Amino acid sequence: MASRGGGRGRGRGQLTFNMEAVGIGKGDALPPPTLQPSPLFPPLEFRPVPLPSGEEGEYVLALKQELRGAMRQLPYFIRPAVPKRDWRRLPRELKIRVRKLQKERITILLPKRPPKTSEDKEETIQKLETLEKKEEEVTSEEDEEKEEEEEKEEEEEEEYDEEEHEEETDYIMSYFDNGEDFGGDSDDNMDEAIY
Amino acid sequence: MTQAEIKLCSLLLQEHFGEIVEKIGVHLIRTGSQPLRVIAHDTGTSLDQVKKALCVLVQHNLVSYQVHKRGVVEYEAQCSRVLRMLRYPRYIYTTKTLYSDTGELIVEELLLNGKLTMSAVVKKVADRLTETMEDGKTMDYAEVSNTFVRLADTHFVQRCPSVPTTENSDPGPPPPAPALVINEKDMYLVPKLSLIGKGKRRRSSDEDAAGEPKAKRPKHTTDNKEPIPDDGIYWQANLDRFHQHFRDQAIVSAVANRMDQTSSEIVRTMLRMSEITTSSSAPFTQPLSSNEIFRSLPVGYNISKQVLDQYLTLLADDPLEFVGKSGDSGGGMYVINLHKALASLATATLESVVQERFGSRCARIFRLVLQKKHLEQKQVEDFAMIPAKEAKDMLYKMLSENFISLQEIPKTPDHAPSRTFYLYTVNILAAARMLLHRCYKSIANLIERRQFETKENKRLLEKSQRVEAIIASMQATGAEEAQLQEIEEMITAPERQQLETLKRNVNKLDASEIQVDETIFLLESYIECTMKRL
Repeated sequence: MASRGGGRGRGRGQLTFNMEAVGIGKGDALPPPTLQPSPLFPPLEFRPVPLPSGEEGEYVLALKQELRGAMRQLPYFIRPAVPKRDWRRLPRELKIRVRKLQKERITILLPKRPPKTSEDKEETIQKLETLEKKEEEVTSEEDEEKEEEEEKEEEEEEEYDEEEHEEETDYIMSYFDNGEDFGGDSDDNMDEAIY
Repeated sequence: MTQAEIKLCSLLLQEHFGEIVEKIGVHLIRTGSQPLRVIAHDTGTSLDQVKKALCVLVQHNLVSYQVHKRGVVEYEAQCSRVLRMLRYPRYIYTTKTLYSDTGELIVEELLLNGKLTMSAVVKKVADRLTETMEDGKTMDYAEVSNTFVRLADTHFVQRCPSVPTTENSDPGPPPPAPALVINEKDMYLVPKLSLIGKGKRRRSSDEDAAGEPKAKRPKHTTDNKEPIPDDGIYWQANLDRFHQHFRDQAIVSAVANRMDQTSSEIVRTMLRMSEITTSSSAPFTQPLSSNEIFRSLPVGYNISKQVLDQYLTLLADDPLEFVGKSGDSGGGMYVINLHKALASLATATLESVVQERFGSRCARIFRLVLQKKHLEQKQVEDFAMIPAKEAKDMLYKMLSENFISLQEIPKTPDHAPSRTFYLYTVNILAAARMLLHRCYKSIANLIERRQFETKENKRLLEKSQRVEAIIASMQATGAEEAQLQEIEEMITAPERQQLETLKRNVNKLDASEIQVDETIFLLESYIECTMKRL
């Protein structure tokens, strides 16, 4: 305890290891003290080696960019949903009430094989595009600040509505509903803007 | 999962599948296996969005599910599988070199869609090929099927585990999630399909699709009204086989660089012969006798038996130890040391990184320490013939970046620093791990920068796309040259310059990503095979 008097004792200034072993000889100047954090991008001493060019490199590059673009167009690319609209301000006919249909569709989806979803979506992509244009015209004044990539959820509801027309069965889709969703999905309240 | 890996997964998922899938995927990677409602609650997304995202992830083999007790299904993400998405272009290009365009498109469709039935793949590929052919020609389904069968035979595509067929139809409720099984023997068994048909151009296929009302049956085939013969048999790309191929390619090119073309051909023959007999994780191939190798050499190579023997002896004596001699029967039994080869490749990668980052003198010190295993400070200076001050500086730089580490050897039991040896050494496994981590960070940075560049110039990109669309439509309707000229001038010269710069930068960033991914492959293979051995 006595020797630890604030660094003023006999052992002051001695290091625990032999400096020569690490390579700093006696009397050598220590490197200047660092007064600031190291720079964000340290200076590059050696330029990097050039990238491989040539037929193979260019082909793989083009392939990569093409794949990226292609994956955006596939139905697996899920676009974020748009917040709910205020339906008091818009004509009633624009709102599609197919809530039951949507829920019921999705609960069937999971246990079955997903390719069915993709096939359905592929067929209605064309319809979605035309619908998107219609939607944009109507709600353009409300959507000035919003981004262009939003796909409205009404369109997804539209999609399932189209399914109903396409199926050509005699019964509406809620006929096939076996009632297990009833009351179970009340946590998904459509009237509030959750997203 | 390290933070760098999670960040990279997040960027990849977002680029390829959108933000919702990204949120769910990253959450699963971070927290391990979870049931559906917990995911929805923790991420704050609505239940149906989570369901959609999970469908997509399961379809692409990125998430697996399991039924736990009490009927709860838990989902688990495979982080390493997500990182494979970086390598898709390389897989597709490899198939192109082996099986030409048809094979390339088959693998591309399988990778883009995750899993597909054989009939769906054949139809899609035939349609795509027909589009690119001249008018009047179509692609026959049979040709595509043949290529598919060849891919299955060489194990580049494999069957997915399928729903087990229950013999007893028990009236109980079906399980919440099917327990998929796959039999080893069936994995590459192609179902006997008679796919007759030709690829269709887009115009005619639209007419066919529109006039096909169907009841609640699967909508896969819109042309023939029969049920699909291979319903339920899904195929996926076998990434391990591709990795084996890449590894073989790396070894062959390493031998070619070190020695000459003929020796690399010999090694390639040996690897080809062992493709089927050796599993991908074996430390060395089955022993091959020199006579067998002589018989299996490609037809164009007429080297005599003695020359072959000389080459084999040279290869076996090489200090890199790619090829080893395991016996003398049959003219000499030779094996390829796969693990040693991977270790050499990883070490060479490390050396190359040190050289490019710190200079050739640092690289000399690094190679010296690698060779001598443990060296003291003084010995490094002497052996490398570099003045003390510089050697010290370089060693510390490499030490701070964790390429080199210090090993303490105490002389006395109390480990007093003045009486301890400090030896510099290279721990290859640790350095490889560190470098791999850096690679993940690099790719994440590259992707972010590319996205930033694209976002900065978004307005300009959109304008140029609109102009191109206008020009294309006007050309289709037969506009005059002057009008086209006018439209083209809508993009000013400095804007064109900007677009050129942007394109060049994006290409450079993309090419760098591909390059870093090759390094990642080597390092990951080395780490994997070393971990198996331990």
